[in-house]
Amino acid sequence: MKQLLKLNEARTSLKQWLQPIRKSERSDRMQLSASKAAFRVMVQKEFSDHIRSWRFAILLAIIVLACIGSIYSAITALQAQGSGSSANSFLFLKIFTLSDGTIPQFTQFVAFLGPLMGIALGFDTVNTERSKGTLSRLISQPIYRDDFLKAKFTASLLLVSIVIFSLGFLVMGLGLIVIGFPPTPEEFIRVLLFLLMAVVYVGFWLNLSILLSVRFKQAATSALFAIAIWIFFTVFYSIIINLVSNAILPDQNGTTEEIMRYYNQMDLLSRISPAELFGDITTTLLMPNVRSLGVLTMEQVTLALESPLALGQSILLVWPQLTALVALTVICFGLSYYWFMRQEIRARS
Amino acid sequence: MEPVIELTRLSKKYDHYTAVNQLDLTIYRGEVFGLLGPNGAGKTTTILMMLGLTERTSGDVKVLGLDPNQHAITIKSKVGYMPDDIGFYDDRSAIDNLIYTARLNGIKEKEARMQAEQLLHRVGLADAATKKVSSFSRGMRQRLGLADVLIKQPEIIILDEPTLGIDPEGVRELLELISQLSKEEGITVLLCSHHLHQVQQVCDRVGLFVKGELVACGNIHQLSQAINQDSLTTIELEIKHYPASLQAALQELEQVASIQAQSQPNGEEMMTALSISCTEDITPVIAKLAAEHTELYMIRRKGYGLDDIYHQYFEGGETRETALKAK
Repeated sequence: MKQLLKLNEARTSLKQWLQPIRKSERSDRMQLSASKAAFRVMVQKEFSDHIRSWRFAILLAIIVLACIGSIYSAITALQAQGSGSSANSFLFLKIFTLSDGTIPQFTQFVAFLGPLMGIALGFDTVNTERSKGTLSRLISQPIYRDDFLKAKFTASLLLVSIVIFSLGFLVMGLGLIVIGFPPTPEEFIRVLLFLLMAVVYVGFWLNLSILLSVRFKQAATSALFAIAIWIFFTVFYSIIINLVSNAILPDQNGTTEEIMRYYNQMDLLSRISPAELFGDITTTLLMPNVRSLGVLTMEQVTLALESPLALGQSILLVWPQLTALVALTVICFGLSYYWFMRQEIRARS
Repeated sequence: MEPVIELTRLSKKYDHYTAVNQLDLTIYRGEVFGLLGPNGAGKTTTILMMLGLTERTSGDVKVLGLDPNQHAITIKSKVGYMPDDIGFYDDRSAIDNLIYTARLNGIKEKEARMQAEQLLHRVGLADAATKKVSSFSRGMRQRLGLADVLIKQPEIIILDEPTLGIDPEGVRELLELISQLSKEEGITVLLCSHHLHQVQQVCDRVGLFVKGELVACGNIHQLSQAINQDSLTTIELEIKHYPASLQAALQELEQVASIQAQSQPNGEEMMTALSISCTEDITPVIAKLAAEHTELYMIRRKGYGLDDIYHQYFEGGETRETALKAK
């Protein structure tokens, strides 16, 4: 009996000792759920801001027009090619990759306009809030500073993925109606993967522009800077690569090793550009006949069967490119996080 | 009294510039404290450090007993901060802006709307609730800012230059609202300003802040006593004439240290204004003497207003600095 009493005593004392800890734990947890709720509220607000904005409407209009144009071009090309060609396999994917030469194909449009969309949604995320004086008001609310950045990114990425996926499905549906040829499950998965990659790609540009908006206090500066980077990679980078390529071109009578080294170097250089990475990804995913992204020697090609790659193999082939794209995105986010967390936030500074 | 904000030896240095230097300050629950200082004195920096919005170089901050570097979220949920030149989302209505703030503070949507409506009514913006903030005047924005600060039901509110750019009537209303809040709801208010008169109207205690240092702190009475160190009382009076007999009588009083006389026009006639420095408060004696010898228009004991205090301290600061530079 006495022992029982003692035990009880010990238990109550333990409870008393634990109580403050539990309490603080509970308040921590409450805070955590509250901050999660705040995060959701921020994402909602940003999302609705984007949807209401003129800029988004204009972008959407441009992209939709481009897509319709590209489908038209792909379908004319398909009809011209006729059904007799040997490329009947993966016919459905050709809606995305074929062009009659007048208007670029769908993938090119995405590769070209996607970055613009990312930049347009991101270039003024932080600096406009700062210059309008809403940032200091917002940051003095009980939210984590990084939640603010994350919410901005999440809302924009959500919007981007909705736009890209709905466009992709729209193109698929239209193609289905026009060519009357249903996709195989593999083709469908390939298209889905392609759309996913497009989201990742636009996500990179979005993050880059958010980074610039943290860094530059003027929205115009960050927009110009982002566009400059975009133009550099889409236009000038290939020119520079060409120059370099001419400069280091090995002798025609060079050994196989020399020539291989040259090609590998050129590949490496061109893959610094995120546009090139995305290009590699789309080619591999939407054209299963592409067997390698680098050079192949005659030795490797002889006796190889002229057959498309299996889906798994295609994914394996673009895995490094995908990793690089995600890594670039993460680096941008990390940098903006680092700068933003250390910045002093004053009213309208 | 329970201290809610405690700053001990708080310093903030930018590259070569010390914004806040070894600041010690305690603010108690329920009081209205005015932080008074010229532009660039480091008032805003101090506030930012209290909220954990900027890192301090050294020293200690406790807000509601918590360190803002570790418990910024808890502090920010209990402290409302209204920055100077407050910004709102211009393309949203006033009530939407308020609801957004409320929801960031974890208030449910329905309740948030209710509270926002109540607060808008309270700050006198009920009619403009659904108007976009871009159409608001400066004064309306400040009032909306006050509502925005209050919607989280804070224990402390910090107002940075709340009266900047508002017309006098608007200032009066805003200050009335602030003192009402502090009295009715027991909210501690920290008011930063360089408008001494406004601070004087509502604040229980005042801290004078110059170049990152707190040069004086206390209520108005304490401050005026602090300046009036030579402990002379100045008595001013206006009389019709200043006869020699009165002069002699005054000089005979042992408490009188010095007399200054000046004749001034009073309508069509002339009158004399006297300023007498005394070691003691002998206003009744002087009044009696003056009334005996001539016609007395006015007599008052001069007290130090915040204006004098402000001048005294800030001028002192400047002369001190020029002296240092000369060296």
